Amino acid sequence: MIFAKELGDTLRGALTDDPRVVLLGEDIADPYGGAFKVTRGLSTAFPQRVRTTPISEGAIAGVSAGLALAGYRPIAEVMFGDFLTLMFDQVVNHIAKYQAMYAGQATCPVVVRAATGGHRGYGPTHSQSLEKHFLGVPHLRVVAASLFHDPREVFSDFLGRDEPVLYVEHKLLYPQHLTLPVNGRIGDLLATSEGGPLPTVRLSAVPVEDCTVSVLAYGYQAMLAAKVIERLAMEEEIFAELLVPAQIAPMDWAPVERSVAVTGRLVTVEEGADGWSWGTEAASVISRRLFGRLRRPVDVVASEATVIPSSKTKEASILVGSAQIEAAIRAAAR
Amino acid sequence: MSTALAPARTGSDERLTGFAGEPLDQRRYRRMRFIRRFEETLLQLFEEGALNGTTHACIGQEADAVAVIEHLAEGDHIFSNHRCHGHYLAHSGDALGLLAEIMGKEAGVCRGMGGSQHICAPGFKSNGVQGGIVPNAAGIALANQLSGNDAVSVVFIGDGTLGEGVVYETLNMAALWKLPLLVVCEDNRWAQSTPIAANLAGDMAARFAAFGVPVREVDSTDVEELSAIAGEEVGLVRAGAGPRVLLIHTYRLCHHSKSDDERPEREIADRWLVEPLLVHGQRLDEADRRRIDDEVETALGEVVATARALP
Repeated sequence: MIFAKELGDTLRGALTDDPRVVLLGEDIADPYGGAFKVTRGLSTAFPQRVRTTPISEGAIAGVSAGLALAGYRPIAEVMFGDFLTLMFDQVVNHIAKYQAMYAGQATCPVVVRAATGGHRGYGPTHSQSLEKHFLGVPHLRVVAASLFHDPREVFSDFLGRDEPVLYVEHKLLYPQHLTLPVNGRIGDLLATSEGGPLPTVRLSAVPVEDCTVSVLAYGYQAMLAAKVIERLAMEEEIFAELLVPAQIAPMDWAPVERSVAVTGRLVTVEEGADGWSWGTEAASVISRRLFGRLRRPVDVVASEATVIPSSKTKEASILVGSAQIEAAIRAAAR
Repeated sequence: MSTALAPARTGSDERLTGFAGEPLDQRRYRRMRFIRRFEETLLQLFEEGALNGTTHACIGQEADAVAVIEHLAEGDHIFSNHRCHGHYLAHSGDALGLLAEIMGKEAGVCRGMGGSQHICAPGFKSNGVQGGIVPNAAGIALANQLSGNDAVSVVFIGDGTLGEGVVYETLNMAALWKLPLLVVCEDNRWAQSTPIAANLAGDMAARFAAFGVPVREVDSTDVEELSAIAGEEVGLVRAGAGPRVLLIHTYRLCHHSKSDDERPEREIADRWLVEPLLVHGQRLDEADRRRIDDEVETALGEVVATARALP
């Protein structure tokens, strides 16, 4: 079953199990069922709690905040992650602040789901991965969808906790099939999961002791990176361990540290614009914690810091894809 | 749910919030006097250097808080803004918790985390960013609607807040969904230092009416007149009439925050002639007024002494 359908089933399960769950978003009602069809069928089953909204991201987030303050479990859909900018005030100055600034007397567990990412030719305002602007916002968790994490477990974590969370769903993941670890493997790769309900999944063709580079990636880029490390292992005997966290902020650096302590090399991969980013934070943390054990500076792979062109060839030239990931791993492993 | 005028909260000091059986005109005067003297005391404490940060007093607007909030009941919710002290005191009577909060003490309502603009207590919240509280209050109204109760969600905004786009996003959504939301807009004529003429185009009431949200407009500092209207508005929202707006034209007699007032002195002086305590105080006997003034003064003196002594 494709990821969009798995996610839709997860939301249906949440609505069924918990009468406090409310879905808000633009065009999410039937028969349209959302721009990426994730919520198809849900408004028919739950007409009161699945609501199509006007084109008003600030109010979508703000009304979600009020629902959460009143004990409900709102899940807000942002049609294109680019539009997260229109709810930034609500996320930063309202949703993420309430619990702490009211000294724990209120909680505001809003889940914001945003369809992010490029490679679809949607151009400068419908293709971005803006999550880096939310990394480091105090009391806000940022979690990235991946094919290696079961959305049921992810949402069980979201709905079982009192903190707000931004869940970024790269739109190229929607038509893909989940590839969850089975018996310690995902396809031909070894796979282990570390740490709680939102684990970091570690993937490699050979045990980490035989790997010469660690790769840290999330979301769609993690899917690309998994294919790259598999190919490099099979065809060229370049062995890398890929680490895929679900939660990208705040980060549990322990699995990354354990891997890099063995390989001595780290490549980070993200689709967002280069600089002031997840990867640069990783470089800072890992360089400090493993200073003296790194064999080379941390390599940060990110997209060119410019607008994302609509033209297919121009878009491919600036966004991170398999070629850039492969080149970085080759360079690091040399 | 009863729409009888809300009694004082249990545990609050009756000298500040009103004695059981006290005539209504005395109780209203007492509550306004309490808010007025609390704010003036705060400004004095700021000058002394006893307080940290900033504050936004509501001197001149006390009648709005008292008139609206006396119609609210257990289960209702108030969302307020940066100028929230009057609303909070009218709601809770909790002078010590608020003063301790503004003093940054552990005994404050938010343990010193929030300060003057960020207050949370049962049935009450405030936030210092303009506009964003409006959808938050609408979300609480949606929660009440989904729960099937008849609670009312009230949000206090000012004329300056009408510059924020999310207000209009929310009015639209609240009207579409018939949310039990009462927006109380206190038009005090000045957004910080900017007069309304430089801040607001067109007709204020028409902005709400454009969304099909009924607007009740009143130009008054008379708590009795305001209360009669507020009672009807709260009652209509509670009865399921959908969102409504109570637009009160009033005036802020003090500076915006601490010492930032460049407004024409004459304009301010004229408004002191119709300030709420004066307007309503005329209904009381001189002796009752003095007695209430003294009781409020004594009680607030105790609050300040207690707060100062807190760790």
